Amino acid sequence: MHTEDLTTILQQHPFLAGFIDEHMKTLIGCASNVRFAEGSTIIREGEIANTFFLIRSGRVALEIDVPGRGAIRVQTAGPGEVLGWSWLISPYRWHFTAVAVVETRAIALDGECLRNKCESDAGFGYDLLLRLAEVMESRLEATRLQLLDMYGLSAPEVRA
Amino acid sequence: MNNVVAPVPHGVTDPMVSHPVLIRRIIWENDDTFTLTLDMGDWAGPFRFKPGQFNMVYVFGVGEAAISISSDPHKTNLLDHTIHRVGTVTTALAQKKRGDVIGLRGPYGSSWPIDAATGKDVCIVSGGIGLAPLRPVVYSLARQRDLYKRIIVLYGGRSPLDLLYRVELEKWANENGIETLVTVDRGDTSWKGHIGVVTGLFNYIKLDARETVVFVCGPEIMMRYTVDELGRRGVPPDQVFLSMERNMKCAVGFCGHCQFGPTFICKEGPVYPLPKIRPLMERKEL
Repeated sequence: MHTEDLTTILQQHPFLAGFIDEHMKTLIGCASNVRFAEGSTIIREGEIANTFFLIRSGRVALEIDVPGRGAIRVQTAGPGEVLGWSWLISPYRWHFTAVAVVETRAIALDGECLRNKCESDAGFGYDLLLRLAEVMESRLEATRLQLLDMYGLSAPEVRA
Repeated sequence: MNNVVAPVPHGVTDPMVSHPVLIRRIIWENDDTFTLTLDMGDWAGPFRFKPGQFNMVYVFGVGEAAISISSDPHKTNLLDHTIHRVGTVTTALAQKKRGDVIGLRGPYGSSWPIDAATGKDVCIVSGGIGLAPLRPVVYSLARQRDLYKRIIVLYGGRSPLDLLYRVELEKWANENGIETLVTVDRGDTSWKGHIGVVTGLFNYIKLDARETVVFVCGPEIMMRYTVDELGRRGVPPDQVFLSMERNMKCAVGFCGHCQFGPTFICKEGPVYPLPKIRPLMERKEL
């Protein structure tokens, strides 16, 4: 794939909306186009985390293996969303397994490459981290709601 | 104390008197939710209701519960109520069989303002049993599909097995051009759909905020987060409508059981425009 094509794809991804050209040029050196067949494992819990995925199409499920219950799917990510931030935080190990629920296309950004560029270009690093923080905040809020098990119980004032 | 008593519903001479109706069918939607189909053949005239309205369903000797009507408003001979088994009355209803008789009075309450959506996009956001009061809206919109632009149904459930109307959800998408997105809080590896909260589904639809009317029903906490998300996406508050739930007793504005701040849900609700209800949603004591 030509660099021009990758740039266009990256510019269209919501995670990078408004990313300035200079930062986009910095980012492109870490990017490659990837495709996962339905059912294939993209990342595996416990393994070294060195990729940040921008999902273009398809759907990815995050799984936790629960002893005695098998794999439990706790979240999915789809087009316009991202997968994985363990590449950013030491000790760089995945905390989940991710499986392509359907055929999935994504841009894979090399984690070590990104870390180095964040170190050497503080402006780029800050911009990237702000975007990741937004994703983390949104996921944290969603997780809190899921923890409430809000569909499972009726409030006392509506029981009859 | 003007206008305290709600108007007498159609076909009912005294709004406090239940009328016997026959159970035609019971379908279990999941482990603790079932749909009762009532035969309205003996009702005094056709039973007319508007989407979003509710009935008081009476189990003789046990008590009454307010239940939203979940069937097609154009079918007046059969009436569906989808019921979550959570208390004494709903547990007694769950034990009923085809051919049993229960009491019914209604319909009561305000309705979803479907006319406000004419010529616009409609987005229905529902969670858990909150899809039940919105199901008549989907039927009504589908019946006059040409009057609306996009129709979007976002639905969240606890798990794949807890989802209501699974066959219909697929049918709506396939036959009526309704964009139907379903998500669950957790699933096993056989579930190929979305997993996550219902507000996450907004990431997959491009909402034309100014041209969309939104109907929301589900647990209050879900509705609060949905309202926040709609705000972030620029949907004007006066284009958002919610259905509130409280325990109702008289259903005609007498008893005050369903009081929600300055409003009685049985009379002014259950469907409210967001600007009217938003300040109340944020008050803990309510």
